[in-house]
Order: sequence, then structure tokens, then C-alpha cells
Amino acid sequence: MINWIDRNIKWVFTMPAVIFVALMMVLPVGYTFWLSFHNWNMSNIDPPLWVAFKNYQVLFNDPLFIKSLWLMLYFTVASVLIETILGIGLAIMMNQHFIGKGLVKTLFLLPMVATPVAVGLVWVLIYEPNIGIANVFLNKLGLPGLEWLTSPDLVMPSLILIDVWEWTPMIALIVLAGLVSLPRDPFEAAMIDGANSWQTFWKITLPLLKPTIYSAVLLRMIDALKTFDIIYATTQGGPGTASQTINIYGYVLGFQYFKIGQASALLMVFFLIVLSISIFTILLRKRAGVSL
Amino acid sequence: MSGRKQKPFKITVTHIGVYLSLILFLLPFLWMILASFKTQVQILNTENIFSITANLDNYISVFEEYAFLKFIINSFIVGILSTFFGLVLGLPAAYAIAKYKQEGLGLLILVARIVPGISFLIPWFIIFSRMQLIDTYTALILSHMLVTMPFIVWVMIPFFEGLPSALEESARIDGCTIPSAFIRIILPISGPGIITSTILAFIFSWNNFMFSIILAGEKTKTLPIAVFNFLSYSEINWGGLMAASVIITAPVLILALFAQRYIIAGLTGGSVKG
Repeated sequence: MINWIDRNIKWVFTMPAVIFVALMMVLPVGYTFWLSFHNWNMSNIDPPLWVAFKNYQVLFNDPLFIKSLWLMLYFTVASVLIETILGIGLAIMMNQHFIGKGLVKTLFLLPMVATPVAVGLVWVLIYEPNIGIANVFLNKLGLPGLEWLTSPDLVMPSLILIDVWEWTPMIALIVLAGLVSLPRDPFEAAMIDGANSWQTFWKITLPLLKPTIYSAVLLRMIDALKTFDIIYATTQGGPGTASQTINIYGYVLGFQYFKIGQASALLMVFFLIVLSISIFTILLRKRAGVSL
Repeated sequence: MSGRKQKPFKITVTHIGVYLSLILFLLPFLWMILASFKTQVQILNTENIFSITANLDNYISVFEEYAFLKFIINSFIVGILSTFFGLVLGLPAAYAIAKYKQEGLGLLILVARIVPGISFLIPWFIIFSRMQLIDTYTALILSHMLVTMPFIVWVMIPFFEGLPSALEESARIDGCTIPSAFIRIILPISGPGIITSTILAFIFSWNNFMFSIILAGEKTKTLPIAVFNFLSYSEINWGGLMAASVIITAPVLILALFAQRYIIAGLTGGSVKG
């Protein structure tokens, strides 16, 4: 028995975790796939009815679905792009010598570990048109206040700002860790050649950091595509459907309208999009010479 | 190093830049804490935003009117147990994946971190309903384990890869089986990695909202769900809401401050290696 365990240790150690993932994730996703070909209302006793591709057909003719897709991409691309640029800048600043560096690094951890729902609610107060500090601040500068979360045009930028606040520090800390581990030689050579700091940044720092930046962007992008807590806590997809990303729309269809078949079709499309974007980026990263 | 003393200007710019960004990033926390001590009247008065009479009324009402103690206990039960079982499943798996280069299996478990949680939430809801597990700790712990376990595996694979294999081999020569060598030799020297993954897994469980909102009920509500009790009134009780937000975030912030070294390593470790 003991010999058998030792001989098959790689299965004995991994199988519990693999079976757990299979039961909790793979089978349920399969179930969602099956449900996506059926019409079913959970509230009545009729069994699910096979409707083939009808749910998908309805979905792709649904302007709200197309809009939610677009909002998801808009949110992800804008957030991650801004976070990457600001994060690299912040990391380069933090790579200098300054007083209280350790403490500053620690404090930058706080936005990303704070409970997203609580973060969202604090930002609801900050954005509150009459009493929120955002408009109080604008008014002090002599500018008119904004309808941060209640204007359909402004709500996405306002949500992106929250995401940027929450996650720029993570990009900064990852890039900082990458900066610290860079070899010294290329920089010394550049200094001898008389390169200015701008040239050094573009020609040496950035290329050397590429794998680290890829990793940070990949991690961030996977989570940004799935953003739920912050949007739910602040706008629940509103005003109207102005901030209803695909994640929120799926939740609304499934758990508020109980349109199980329709929601399942949407979730399968969402699942495939996130998975393919992630795999695509992982492959890109592999080509850049980074291991997963 | 030597160039820095000659450029005092650069140091100043760095200082200003770093401290200014830090203030910007901490401002919402400051705002949350300030508002949690204010009365509703003080919150509504924007003329003097720093006027507070520092009273604890909001905190008292969070516990007395909204019975938050129960939700705090729920969050701890779910967080601690889902992290514990995540470690039980995740540590051996990560070790075997690292040692025997089972990249395929590693990828399968890591996919759990990529797949949007909502794509299996409907089946969970149906299955847990049928098994009458809605509003039980079992359903919450099982669902949160799908957050904690893959994360533990993700942090521990590179950690175990870095351990010298001679350690386990010498234990084997002394007659240990692999499982006992794992428990007696490998785990004790993996302290830093285990602390990192434990803290982060707990934080992710504590913060989890989507799984709990579907699977929790009145008995098992965790903090992120309970805070919405404040929004069901026509006029928002801002002070109470902010006090509740402070109570929710305080444990993870304290944990992060104490374990900052480990958390930075955990969040960045796997990604800087290449």
C-alpha cells in the first residue's frame, strides 16, 4: 500500500485538487453549456425544453448584449492601459532613493487588498453629487460639479477611475520588483555612452522590463474583464444600462429575470471570450520568453 | 549611487511625486474613516468637511441595529475554513506539479483563476438548491475554495520549484515515505510560501462577493453582502455605511500591513521570475 502510494505519488497528491476543480468548475461549466441550448424558467416545474441555437440567435440580435460586450472591452482596455502607464511611472519613481520607502511600498498595498464592495461604497460617497468630496473639490476650484455615477456619459470613466485607483499600485509593485532585479551592466554602458535618462528608459529599461510588464498586464486584464463587485456596489449597471458590462448583464438575466437559457448562452460567450483572450495573451507572453 | 548626491533636484521631484501619489491613493481610506465618525448632519454639511465630533454612534449602531457581529463571525468561519481546505488540497498538488513537471494539471487548476466565476454560478445555484445547501456554510466554503485553492497552487508552484531536491532525497534514504517526507521535511521549511499563500487566500475569500450573494442567506451572510442592508433605506445612512466599510476592510488592511513583505512576494513572485 505504502509502496503503491509512493509509486503513484504524483497522482495521489494532485487528484484531490483536480477532482475538486472538475466537480466545482468543469462540470458546472458543461451544465451551463447544456442549459444554453434550452428554454427554462426555474420558477415553474416544466423541465428544460430543447431549443437548439435559439438562445444564441436571440443573444446576437440583442442590442443590450452587444452594448455589454463593448462596455466590457472599453472598461478593460482603458483601465489596463492607464494603469500600465501610471504604474510604470510610479515604479520608476519608487525605484529611486527616498525617505520612508518601505512604509510607502506597504501603504500602496492597501487599495488592492481592501474589500471591493466596501471600496465601491466609499466611492459612491466620494462621487455623491451634493456631499461628495469630488464635487466639493471641483467647486472649490470654481468648477461646476459633475454627475459622476448618474450621467450615462460619465459613468464608465468614473468606474474606470475607481479601477485605476484600486489597481495601479499592483502594476507599480510588480514593475518595481522587475526593476530591482534588472542587471546593472546595460545601464552602466549607457551612462558611459552618454545616453540621457529618456533614451536610457526607452532603449534599455523598457525592453528589459517587457516580460514583467506582460505578466502584470495579463494578470490585470484577466481580472478587469470580469469586474463585478465594484460595478455592482456603485451603479448595479446603471444609470439605465450605461455601465452594464457583460458580467453584470449575465447576473441580471440569470438571477433577476431567471431567464436561465438566455443567461447561460450569454455566459458561455463570456466564458469563451475571457478564456481565448487569456490564452492568447499567455501565448504572446510565452513568445516573449516568460514562463507561466 | 554616487550620482545621486550631485542631483538634489531629482531627489525632490521623486519625493514630491511619490508622496503626492501616496496621498491620492490613501485619500478614499481617510475619507471613509472620517465619515464613519461623523453624524449625518456633519456629512451633509460640505462647508466644513473636516468638522467631526468623533463619536462612536455609527459603530455602535452597526453592531446594535444591524447585528454585524454575526456577519463578522460568518466571514471568519468561511474565510478560515475555505483557506484551510484550500491548503489541504492545494499544497500537495502544487508540490507534485512542481516536482514532476505536470504542467497540464497545473494549467487546469490555474484555469480556475481565469474562468469568470459567473459562468458556473447558475449550475451551482441549481445544484446547491436541490441539495438544500443554500444558506449553509458548506456551500459557501466549497465555493470559496474554488478561489483559495487555485491561488494557493499558483503561489506555491514556483516556491516548491525553488526548493533543493536533495532535502527530500535524504529523507527518503532515511526510510521516509514521500507523504511523510512532505509533511515532516518539505512543509516545515516552506513557512514563508505557506504564510504568503494563506494570507492572500484568506483575503480573497474575505473579499468575495459574487459567490456569497447567490449562495448565502440570512443565516450565513458574509460582510460584503451584509453591508447592502444599509442601502435598503430611502435615505442612505452614510455614517453607518462608512463605519461598516471600515469594519469590513480593517481586518484585511491590518493583515496586509503586518504581512506586507509576504504579500508583495505573493503578488509579484510568479511574475518577475522570468
